[in-house]
Amino acid sequence: MSSPETAAHSFTPAARAVPGFMPLFRSELLLALRRRADIANPLLFFVTVLALLPLGVGPEPELLARLAPGMIWVVALLATLLSQESLFRADFEDGSLEQLALTPQPLYFAVLAKVAVHWLVTGLPLALLSPLLGMMLNLPEGGYLSLLLSLLLGTASLSLIGAVGAALTVALRRAGLLLALIVMPLYVPVLIFGTGAVQAAVDGYAYGPQLAILAALLAGGTALAPLAAAGAIRISLDN
Amino acid sequence: MAWQWFHRLGSPRWFYQKTSAWMPWLALASVLLIGAGSVWGLGFAPEDAKQGNSYRIIYIHVPAAFLALAGYYIMAISGAIGLIWKMKLSFVVMRAAAPIGAVLTFIALFTGAVWGKPTWGTYWVWDARITSMLILLFLYIGVIALARAFSREQVADKACALLALVGTVNIPIIYKSVDWWFTLHQPATIKFTEKSSIDPSMFYPLLTMIIGFYCLYAWTLMAHTREKILQREWRTSWVQQLMRGKSMTESKAG
Repeated sequence: MSSPETAAHSFTPAARAVPGFMPLFRSELLLALRRRADIANPLLFFVTVLALLPLGVGPEPELLARLAPGMIWVVALLATLLSQESLFRADFEDGSLEQLALTPQPLYFAVLAKVAVHWLVTGLPLALLSPLLGMMLNLPEGGYLSLLLSLLLGTASLSLIGAVGAALTVALRRAGLLLALIVMPLYVPVLIFGTGAVQAAVDGYAYGPQLAILAALLAGGTALAPLAAAGAIRISLDN
Repeated sequence: MAWQWFHRLGSPRWFYQKTSAWMPWLALASVLLIGAGSVWGLGFAPEDAKQGNSYRIIYIHVPAAFLALAGYYIMAISGAIGLIWKMKLSFVVMRAAAPIGAVLTFIALFTGAVWGKPTWGTYWVWDARITSMLILLFLYIGVIALARAFSREQVADKACALLALVGTVNIPIIYKSVDWWFTLHQPATIKFTEKSSIDPSMFYPLLTMIIGFYCLYAWTLMAHTREKILQREWRTSWVQQLMRGKSMTESKAG
């Protein structure tokens, strides 16, 4: 016998404060972990595109070291963006997104749960992989930690911003390029401060300020982006 | 009722009939102001000590850049009004403002590039303000592309309004970018709070041009909105009456 009350007590107090977050988070994570290929694809994209870079610009170590921070960040941004088109797609097509919108729980937390899972299976592995690619692209050693930290904070913001675009375009056929078009300009501040942090670290300066701004963007994004995405989902369900 | 005018604004018909009277005046004001400002700025304002005559492109560049930014706010605010008060007219204004803003942003970028060649020796630099204008152009294009992608107008309206609102988050960053990563571009020279660093003999023609551009913008926005109203409301009796009346006068004239 488990009444709703005892079931609620099994969650931590923080989880109880956000209605509908934990159950959805768990099921989404389980689903994501079962689709191994979907997790691997953005990472393979990330590695493959960065492997093409030396083939395009030449293998000179100094040149690669100059390009590494920006290139790694841009490709991580593209990998996040490409994986984001399917964020709400399956749920929209089988009708569960509509069910989520109808539940009394705020859609905000449902979006937040989905974005958190998206970040855990794309942004987090991308960030963890980035020092390896930094090494292959001859990034000076001082830049590794800042690259990892800036990508950890930055990709979470990218996932949040991209969720708004994914929610706006979920009702459209072939939304991929349109999603890129509407989301890319919004990625700009994250990209600037992300690469800024790595460049500062490489040049031997403190990169704390850039990380602090990235964290501020993440905090603002967490507060606002799921709201906008929830609104966009309701608009898309009207279509 | 103090709010009556606001509720009236919700009626496309009321808007169409009211603006019919304003259109010629706005057109006249913009022609006079832009005409006077051009002659004054291009012919009579003194030559710049460092830049020579090439600085005169600011008489187009600065008003276009002003309105490119203001146009985004106009688009986003009318989109917000549409979302909050479910006002049909407001969405129409928002949709009309998007292409106008995109064109103004392009004009600002183009005139900036033309001015940059003799002054900086290059058409394009990745300077903070140029880059943020380019991003503004992308924001406008995103709104236009999203509007085109939907088949139902009402959904397109709401989706664009939301995207425009999300984009406004970037506008303060565009403005602040000058201070954040100041590189090549000169700092803003017109300041309303303190003494501006531009000479009055150059400033007054510029001000004339700015006001003229605002009038032209208002006229274009209204003309565009009126056209879209007719397109959307063609089923209603007042539009059909209007069209019949027009075709009758045309056939009489012909």
